[in-house]
Amino acid sequence: MSAKRRLDVVGKARRRIDGRGKVTGQSRFADDLSLPRMLHCKLLRSTHPHAIIESIDVSRAQAYPGVHLVLTGRDFPIPFGIMPASQDEYPLASERVRYVGDPVAAVIARDEKTAEEALDLIEVKYRPLPTIASPEEGLANPEPRIHDYGEQGNIHRNQSHEFGDIEEALAKSDHVFEDLFFFEGNTHLPMEQQASLATVEGDGKLLISSSTQNPHYLHRQLARVLQLPLPQIRVIACPNGGGFGGKCDPAGHEFVVCKAALMLGRPVKICLTRQEVFYVHRGRHPVLMKFRTGVTKDGKLTGVHLQTLLDGGAYGSHGPASTFYTGVLTPITYELPRFKFDACRVFTNKPACGPKRGHGTPQPRFGQEVQLDKIAEKLGLDPAQMRLNMVTKPDSLTASWLRIGSTGLAECIRQVVDRSGWKDKHRKLPQGRGIGLACSAYMCGAGVAIYWNKMPHSGVQLLLDRSGQVTVLCGATEIGQGSDDVLAAIVAEVLGITTGDIRCLTGDTGLTPIDLGSYSSRVTVMMGNAAMQAAGRVRDLIATAAAEQLETLPERIVLSQGRVFDEMDSGKSMSFVEAVALAEAKFGTMGAVGSYAPPKSPGRYKGAGAGPSPAYTFSACVVETEVDERTGLIHIPKIWIAHDIGQAINAVHARGQVIGGVYMGLGEALMEEQAFRRLPPKLSSALVHKIPSLLEYKSLTSLDMPEVEVMLIEDPDPNCPFGAKEAGQGPLLPVMPAVANAIYDAVGVRIDEIPITPDKVLRALDLKRAGKNPRVGPEYFPDVPYPEPIFVLPPGEGGDGSEIKDPDRRPAKKRAEASAS
Amino acid sequence: MNTVMDQGAVAHRKVQMSLRVNGEDIDVSFAPYKTLLEVLREDIGLTGTKHGCELGECGACAVLVDGQPLLSCLALAVEFEGRSIETVEGLAHGAELHPLQAAFADHGGSQCGYCTSGFLMTAKALLDQEPNPSRERIKEALSGNLCRCTGYQQIVESVEQAARVINAGKAGS
Ligand code: FES
Ligand code: FES
Repeated sequence: MSAKRRLDVVGKARRRIDGRGKVTGQSRFADDLSLPRMLHCKLLRSTHPHAIIESIDVSRAQAYPGVHLVLTGRDFPIPFGIMPASQDEYPLASERVRYVGDPVAAVIARDEKTAEEALDLIEVKYRPLPTIASPEEGLANPEPRIHDYGEQGNIHRNQSHEFGDIEEALAKSDHVFEDLFFFEGNTHLPMEQQASLATVEGDGKLLISSSTQNPHYLHRQLARVLQLPLPQIRVIACPNGGGFGGKCDPAGHEFVVCKAALMLGRPVKICLTRQEVFYVHRGRHPVLMKFRTGVTKDGKLTGVHLQTLLDGGAYGSHGPASTFYTGVLTPITYELPRFKFDACRVFTNKPACGPKRGHGTPQPRFGQEVQLDKIAEKLGLDPAQMRLNMVTKPDSLTASWLRIGSTGLAECIRQVVDRSGWKDKHRKLPQGRGIGLACSAYMCGAGVAIYWNKMPHSGVQLLLDRSGQVTVLCGATEIGQGSDDVLAAIVAEVLGITTGDIRCLTGDTGLTPIDLGSYSSRVTVMMGNAAMQAAGRVRDLIATAAAEQLETLPERIVLSQGRVFDEMDSGKSMSFVEAVALAEAKFGTMGAVGSYAPPKSPGRYKGAGAGPSPAYTFSACVVETEVDERTGLIHIPKIWIAHDIGQAINAVHARGQVIGGVYMGLGEALMEEQAFRRLPPKLSSALVHKIPSLLEYKSLTSLDMPEVEVMLIEDPDPNCPFGAKEAGQGPLLPVMPAVANAIYDAVGVRIDEIPITPDKVLRALDLKRAGKNPRVGPEYFPDVPYPEPIFVLPPGEGGDGSEIKDPDRRPAKKRAEASAS
Repeated sequence: MNTVMDQGAVAHRKVQMSLRVNGEDIDVSFAPYKTLLEVLREDIGLTGTKHGCELGECGACAVLVDGQPLLSCLALAVEFEGRSIETVEGLAHGAELHPLQAAFADHGGSQCGYCTSGFLMTAKALLDQEPNPSRERIKEALSGNLCRCTGYQQIVESVEQAARVINAGKAGS
């Protein structure tokens, strides 16, 4: 296909292929499924945040009319966990509960009400243990250990990487800025509550239909926990009613309904209540951050030393990855010669944190981008220009050996500056009104799979027949982001047909080639590249068969708009259907497969697997705000966002993804928080959610949402299908810091923690009036026992991407020598 | 325990009733404690109506009763004998989508689609009563419906587009 060819499908505004089903109510989400003889499951959850289970008596529940089965932790001796390094969770806890909401027993009954009634009849004796409410408490109290694995005490992960001698870089800087930031945890709040339906099919094999983002990983975990061979299990990911990362981890209830269906030989369904969705959580980690940043007097970065402390909650979950992501993408946006990153994740007795849209990256982005605003202010530089002067170059390597491919960050900054009238507004709006800018970058798919393997990250299979029917199969999961439409669009574009001519079959481990799942913004690039390959192979067969019939050369054949023709002689033409039939006659049954694995990353040090991606997206955001100095209320009239998308696959939906990301970011900036409190001692000092309901967990409504002006920067990336990069996560990230920077511009106070609520604004304004530092944010960073860093020389300093173990070449040694001499 | 069981036994006895849903009289028997949402989804099989909380907090379960939006998770089904209930399944005319449905599908009003039925029904009630609502008025009417995907903007744009189509259709006829 010639690169210059005009696109028929890709980039157009188009009704997505699943659009009709969604507006007619025909889309079948997991809880919409039912089967004859189906039973219902309810879970009993722990009322203690940390306790030994001394006994569970289920006899009364078992005897309750309508109850078919009661399961407890004894039925599940094998633990699970999404990552090989975090197999620390049981579908039902047997010996110990670690947060309020930890599932301990399940009742399977004729209907939900009966199951619920029977739950009340289960008697659990708990022996309460002291609880850990925060990472600080976890560091100070190594005992009791929440888990008997991890680094030490209650530290789950603890790591340090240094890319070039950071102390030297800071010492040589014109200025060093030190700032602390805190990002409160928040949750995904997908509108769909998780549901699963398990059954044993006629062939004797287990089938689970579930609201999961990652059917492949769930499949592997089910085989492990249920001790069944993988081919005996089929996982269908139903379309998810929103995921945002909340349906990435396998969850206790998924194992429970499978086990029950196997034991009873009847279908078993569960749908979590909204309150349970809050317990399952796996949302944004609360992160405390310390940035020490060196700059030259003209505002160029010389080095960043970032330290993070994560509140992991009660289980490992994606924690090992989350810990890395609180730093590894920091060097992508701006040229940064040296970088040191220490991170520590601590277990606490709260629902486990995990991946939420942006996974670990929004927190440090917030800190970095607010700090840059402070730096610009101090140096008397325009924050937009300062950033423009140091954006990373295309095809460069970061100090941490990440390869940056295409970048449109400079263009993003220019566009938001231009469209928002930045130059006339920044520091020029009347008191109470302000404008702020921030940028970000994100990955288009994690470069390595969650479990180590050498196989493709995505596989696509295409089936065609003489009727012209095109079926595309892929394990990718439709979570609302439009992955089915992306799949259809790419195949349609290559084959010169419309998306309406294609049938997509996705997210079914029993039928579709493996795709790792809908996470890390990987689908468009990875599934898309696999689809390109499969479609290209089929296209070549069709072109060969058509060329023979049309008496021309296959190289001259073009497939476009349902026709197959000679590009030099439009008289030589046939329909797509005719061409497929000819190809079937010539080659036999028509089909092809395609695969994709990301390129190898140049980093070779331990930990280099976190951060690499086939491509990165960049975004810039400007937020305008009005702050009422009497009430602290923050009003956001308008947001401008530019996103470097490479190439939109569907113009309407790409814009929708960007606005949706801005919405979620704005909610996090202003109100969303998953906070906890201790009950008074007479109520067991339990550590509970402040707000486990949709009403109390504040999120933006249509009335709160400002107008968002979206600019898509389209500069196709050569690693990506038709040049298309991600849009689902990146645009969320710059919103929070842009809000904070706008508030500073409006009323001159710094809120160095998220969410930025009216009470914090008022507190800062009071400080300002009192002549004190007008800042609200964390005041101290605890003493974290970070390990000795893995030291790596940046590319510019003669390294080869490996760890430098030779003590003579490590900075500590050099410093010691310098001080000794 | 006996009382619990007795209550359970009573609660599990079904009632028989006729509900008028999308213009059709449907005979249905269901446990009397069930909400309209549950009866629609579980006993009549109309799963197009969704739930996000079952506590009246999200709007996903909105249906129309005598033309007015109602949170079906908060209402007991037994109270709706003889009332006219409309759900998302009744919006299209045969194969032809209602202008709101077409607009939501074409203008990004639906991403995951989970909140969509609730928005469609709420928006229909609005447009039936006010054919030319302002942008602010649309936002206000939809402010009881939560959506986590779209950021609302393309939902509001979809409603505006549908209003234009409906009004153009009226002008043409
Ligand atoms: S399910 Fe009825 S309002 Fe949420
Ligand atoms: S489209 Fe997903 S919640 Fe609204």
